[in-house]
Amino acid sequence: MKLSIQNGRVIDPANKRDEICSLHVADGKILAVGAAPDDFTAERTIDASGCLVMPGIIELSARLGEPGFEHKADIQSEAQAAVSGGITTLCCPPDTQPVIDTPGEIEFIEQRQDEVGLVKIRVMGALTKGLKGDQLAEMATLKEAGCVGVTNLYRPVASANVLRRAMEYAASLDLTVFIYPQNHELADQGCVHEGSVSTRLGLPGIPESAETAAIGFYLPLIEQTGVRAHFCRLSTAKGMKMIRRAAYDELPVTADVAIHQLLLTEIDVADFNPLCHTRPPLRSQRDKEGLQQALTNGGISAICADHTPHELDAKLSPFQSTEPGISGLETLLPLTLKLVAHGQLSLCQAVALLTAQPATVLGLETGRLEPGRPADIAIVDTDAEWRCDIDAFLSRGKNTPFNRWLMQGRVTHTLVDGRVVYRRSNGE
Amino acid sequence: MIAPIRPGPLPASMQLTEDGRLRHFLTIEGLPATLLNEILERANSFLSITAQPVKKVPLLRGKTIFNLFFEPSTRTRTTFELAAKRLSADVMNMNINVSATKKGESLLDTLRNLEAMHSDMFVVRHEQSGAAQLIAQHVAPHISVINAGDGRHAHPTQAMLDVFTIRQHKGDLTALRIAIVGDILHSRVARSQIHALNTLNTGEVRVIAPKTLLPANVRNLGVHVFHSLTDGLKDVDVVIMLRLQKERMTGALLPSEHEYYRLYGLTPERLEYAHPDAIVMHPGPVNRGVEIASEVADGPQSVILEQVSNGIAVRMALMSMCLGIPSGVAA
Repeated sequence: MKLSIQNGRVIDPANKRDEICSLHVADGKILAVGAAPDDFTAERTIDASGCLVMPGIIELSARLGEPGFEHKADIQSEAQAAVSGGITTLCCPPDTQPVIDTPGEIEFIEQRQDEVGLVKIRVMGALTKGLKGDQLAEMATLKEAGCVGVTNLYRPVASANVLRRAMEYAASLDLTVFIYPQNHELADQGCVHEGSVSTRLGLPGIPESAETAAIGFYLPLIEQTGVRAHFCRLSTAKGMKMIRRAAYDELPVTADVAIHQLLLTEIDVADFNPLCHTRPPLRSQRDKEGLQQALTNGGISAICADHTPHELDAKLSPFQSTEPGISGLETLLPLTLKLVAHGQLSLCQAVALLTAQPATVLGLETGRLEPGRPADIAIVDTDAEWRCDIDAFLSRGKNTPFNRWLMQGRVTHTLVDGRVVYRRSNGE
Repeated sequence: MIAPIRPGPLPASMQLTEDGRLRHFLTIEGLPATLLNEILERANSFLSITAQPVKKVPLLRGKTIFNLFFEPSTRTRTTFELAAKRLSADVMNMNINVSATKKGESLLDTLRNLEAMHSDMFVVRHEQSGAAQLIAQHVAPHISVINAGDGRHAHPTQAMLDVFTIRQHKGDLTALRIAIVGDILHSRVARSQIHALNTLNTGEVRVIAPKTLLPANVRNLGVHVFHSLTDGLKDVDVVIMLRLQKERMTGALLPSEHEYYRLYGLTPERLEYAHPDAIVMHPGPVNRGVEIASEVADGPQSVILEQVSNGIAVRMALMSMCLGIPSGVAA
């Protein structure tokens, strides 16, 4: 299939491109940006006048319900939600049931990806067997099976020694370790940020130090083992500063933040809104502002949805018993564009944080629009205004605090390997 | 048709009806002073009933009240039961094992079942903060919910009976200094007391505790913080002691019962730092020799037992108000 996307504003941060031009696709790959080669005849053209043409979004953490949590979501529903939000690659964390710690689970997910055939799914492997924290997972085997990194998520590792050895082992395999910085003893039973709101509502808090103490613990181990490390879902301004300083000292560290941490604070939790129950918790206004600043000073490499779809019942309990997480695939791009509209970052920076930079974190060849790269592309009508409506969500997870929010920017087409996998129908 | 159940934030005014009357009683935070005064006045009118030979009025005849206790409690449940019976309501006590509800029947399922028994009011005690609100958010429109204590969040009926007792002894709150001593961190009673006292313009509210027993940014609740008991008690008119749970002694919060008593135990000598007419309160049950000396708990300044009997009148007032009984018909 030969295809041309004409007259769009092509933003490709990896190549520092931001211009109105055309983009040509053949055999699933980008053929040319700008003028078409002489012998090229498009079988199909998409008029992208007035629209943004950007690399497909790479989502660093999407729980897809399979295997094991089919009552929450499934790969079919979440893939549809993803492509409708301009996302072309999803990275699935290993806390499935069973845990992704052998090639079998990776094969299963790849098979489901092929059956659904909409979106690329990459898999994060477990750092320790069963995520139990005492024995190393077979990381070399996992890497051969295609995992993009290893992580123990928020599950505790038995000892500093096990962690050190796991990081050394990953380093010798050139695998990135994805770290969820939380000191479990300090976080204890907490479910919200420890601050004025936890005090008012009488909910057990997670102190800022739960994050900063964990980062302070990991950094020397990263330095010693030489492992490449990515810090996931930063929530505190102080923690962010520690990582930025470490990167400045040339430690191989990067970090991401969930979009909701950039727009919401602990105040949104009141009164007992279970849709704002997240992990890490929504923090203070000062933290939110610190994280926003880190978007432009290089502290943050990627913005992600941290997509966590839940069934209705998961959020219908007293706050502390509800399951944390937000269903975020369909709101990631418009909420990021909201930050652009608020002047927090430029459009080009926003695109980089959603595409090229997370691609680098995961070691993927996508996330950029240059000849020879897979044609994973999103076309976005940046002027479109719409109201978020959970009844129109394609994800089975309707758990979002952004319902009824006014959104700016809407995906009109999504291409994966040159194939149009999503096209917004007119009049909707 | 029942509206679809959806999780979400609580509406700010869910405790009040459209014309500003009390519908649920979940937390004192956000309620206007006029309403708190109305509760206190009505409680006062009920107080005389409890002194009569026939301790019963027919205000809630035909109404059914369920005491839903997801957390064990004898004293609070008994006072609610007594209050309901004195108003001639039918009372059912349900002690619901939380682990049983976890096994399949959700909190809201339990609720649906009880609704189907045509109840008019749920009195709810739950170990988790926000549980009473959650229930109020999802009950059928004709049912009122009274919070009898949820997690560390609120215990508003206890706070109202405390304010009632303070007013009995001290009158106007605006000139008073009131100190709350002990485990503020885990105390729903303290949170509700602070909201009630501040709503009613109390002169000064103090909390006295070591940092380990104070929640983060506690000042934002509108209190002055003291770590020394004798400094904090200076010139106060009311001393409210909180119960210290035994299990808090063994953790990292406090080194020992002995040291806690040495620093924060209310002894006759320490009480001398307070105003000579100061009253001493305690929500009970009292840990003698842990947070308070027997000489003080049973001494002339103690009003602890009055608190208990006032509790019945205050709860009668709240039940009748939530169920729409107009003022003036009370006694």
